[in-house]
Amino acid sequence: MTQPKKVRSSSKSLKESLKKSLTGIHGLDEITGGGLPTGRPTLVSGGAGSGKTLFGLGFLVRGATQYNEPGVFISFEETLPDLSKNAASLGFDLDQLVKDKLLFLDHVHITRSEFAETGEYDLDGLFIRIADAVQQVGAKRIVLDTIEALFGQLPNPTILRSEIRRLFDWLKAKGLTTVITAERDRPDKLTRHGIEEFVSDCVIVLDHRIREEISTRRLRVVKYRGSTHGQNEYPFLIDDKGISVLLPISTLRLNHAAPDARISTGIERLDGMMGGHGFYRGSSILLSGTAGTGKTSVAAHFVDAACRRGERCMFFAFEESPLQVVRNVRSIGIDLQPWIDKGLLRFVAARPTHGGIEDVLLVTHKSISVFKPTVVVVDPITNLLMVSTLHEVRSMLTRLIDFLKTQGITAMFTSLTAPKSSLEANEADVSSLMDTWILLKTVEVGGERNRALYVLKSRGMDHSNQIREFLLTNEGLRLLDVYLGSEGVLTGAARVSQEGREKAAGTLRQQQLEGRRRELDRKRQIFEARMTMLRAEFEVDEEIIQQSIAESTLLDEELLQDRGQMRRSREADATAYKQQGRAPAARKRR
Amino acid sequence: MMAAKKTSSPRSRLPKKPVMQTPEKWELRLYVAGQTQKSLRAFANLNVLCEKHLQGRYRIEVIDLLEHPHLARGAQIVAVPTLVVNLPEPVRKIIGDLSDTERVLVGLALQQVG
Repeated sequence: MTQPKKVRSSSKSLKESLKKSLTGIHGLDEITGGGLPTGRPTLVSGGAGSGKTLFGLGFLVRGATQYNEPGVFISFEETLPDLSKNAASLGFDLDQLVKDKLLFLDHVHITRSEFAETGEYDLDGLFIRIADAVQQVGAKRIVLDTIEALFGQLPNPTILRSEIRRLFDWLKAKGLTTVITAERDRPDKLTRHGIEEFVSDCVIVLDHRIREEISTRRLRVVKYRGSTHGQNEYPFLIDDKGISVLLPISTLRLNHAAPDARISTGIERLDGMMGGHGFYRGSSILLSGTAGTGKTSVAAHFVDAACRRGERCMFFAFEESPLQVVRNVRSIGIDLQPWIDKGLLRFVAARPTHGGIEDVLLVTHKSISVFKPTVVVVDPITNLLMVSTLHEVRSMLTRLIDFLKTQGITAMFTSLTAPKSSLEANEADVSSLMDTWILLKTVEVGGERNRALYVLKSRGMDHSNQIREFLLTNEGLRLLDVYLGSEGVLTGAARVSQEGREKAAGTLRQQQLEGRRRELDRKRQIFEARMTMLRAEFEVDEEIIQQSIAESTLLDEELLQDRGQMRRSREADATAYKQQGRAPAARKRR
Repeated sequence: MMAAKKTSSPRSRLPKKPVMQTPEKWELRLYVAGQTQKSLRAFANLNVLCEKHLQGRYRIEVIDLLEHPHLARGAQIVAVPTLVVNLPEPVRKIIGDLSDTERVLVGLALQQVG
């Protein structure tokens, strides 16, 4: 596909590839690969209220304001004041454009009753009016809305048909990029009077259908001669910037900035679970869980933290009224009212059932562009599923996330899941769009329900894989320590009783230990007692022995003394005793 | 060139047949786009018709839209030729080259249908 600007600038490729004029309608230029065929008529067909007129107006207003291509609007149905009024509701100031000579409006009004056909006629009157209008503003674009109205006003359809054909040829010859709108009242025909056969270059069908009481608008490029184009039906919405077409996911460019900055989740320990710093700024977070798991509470923490940092927050409440949310989270100790008063927090509450899915996208886009928040909470996205199919919700969310990411807005989406269904399967479609997925669930153990939280995924960060119990206290949400025992994660009373059992077992061990210690002491005492006894015995023995030693020593001394006395008394025969030797012993025995 | 033309006739010959009682003035304006076959034919037919039925009580103004394109917008002209009957009220428009005399007369309310 050739880019239209390149086509315009390079004259060489001009002949081989079709020239296209950008419509400025968001999404359509992507589908058609550069807009409508330049200098040729395009048929825009659709039922009543499908947005044909707005399509045409958007094409002209953008042509005039963005691409320097003035335009002419020939209205066959609406009066000019009505047209200006309707356009104003979409943010187009037609009167100013008319004043600036960028736009020329003409209302062709004829009443059937005025007419009588009295012979041949042609539409030169209309030709002249158009030619004059084109000349006045130097128009490059023209919209005829809805030319088929002439069939109800002028007699002789045969003449009219050939005149309309002549008109289209004439417009083509003048090189005007033309949008012709046509009413489609039957599904098998594009236009009521079959004028599509004169417009062979490009045909776009707009559709406004009601399914299950919900309206959705769709656009399809039926035909684009000489060019490839998106074949599908694309939902589109009408907002204050005119029509924008919701593109399929595949056409969205994935080139968002990926900031490294982190922002707090508002729950300290949850930050801890998210690698210690919380979410990445500009990321999208899915918070899913069954009813009553505390999704809104987690979201409220996140909002509260953002407001504390002085950031602007936008809270899309699809289920509860803002007052209800504020009141409910006050019960867990979060007061959002001051932030609302300070203008940091804004609630947008709407039940998505009131508009179609694209209305929701429109509301979100609009409010975000006006308020410019850095943090957005959508609570819950599940309510969108009530009004649309999963596929549509997914494409809408993709668009929304894409939009938020390009703005660098961190978004938290809550999602209600059915208690019994398999969570991952149900939301896999949506969750793949999210950077972080936090799962809240209730664990039923021992006749009570307790809340548990875990981080299922979180792209680009080291996150905890633990399942953590949390309590909703009146001081906010409190994450508890995880109990990781042999019996798995335990919560609530089960955790308490398990901890009790743990404690008891510990006490027992303690007692055993102390018992052993006492035994050791006892043994030591016994040992010491024995030691004392032994020493005592030893001392007794020693005493006895010492005594006997002492006695015998004494005896020896006495003996020596005796011998000396004897020697002295037996002076004469001393020699004789000395010779016998044994004489003293004999004496002692006596 | 078909400039604005004023035709007056002697007052003595009043038509007897037409239902019109009041001798009011007829102001007719014929819008054409250049001198095409159709416009010339329409002008000729109109002249014949007026002479026959509205003698002396009519005024025909021919407007060439090629020269005054903005007049087409003001008078809400789409098809040409268009004959606009400004007077007597109500304003009526008759399109075509006025070759179907019967219908023109019905359109001018100069003759009952049928």
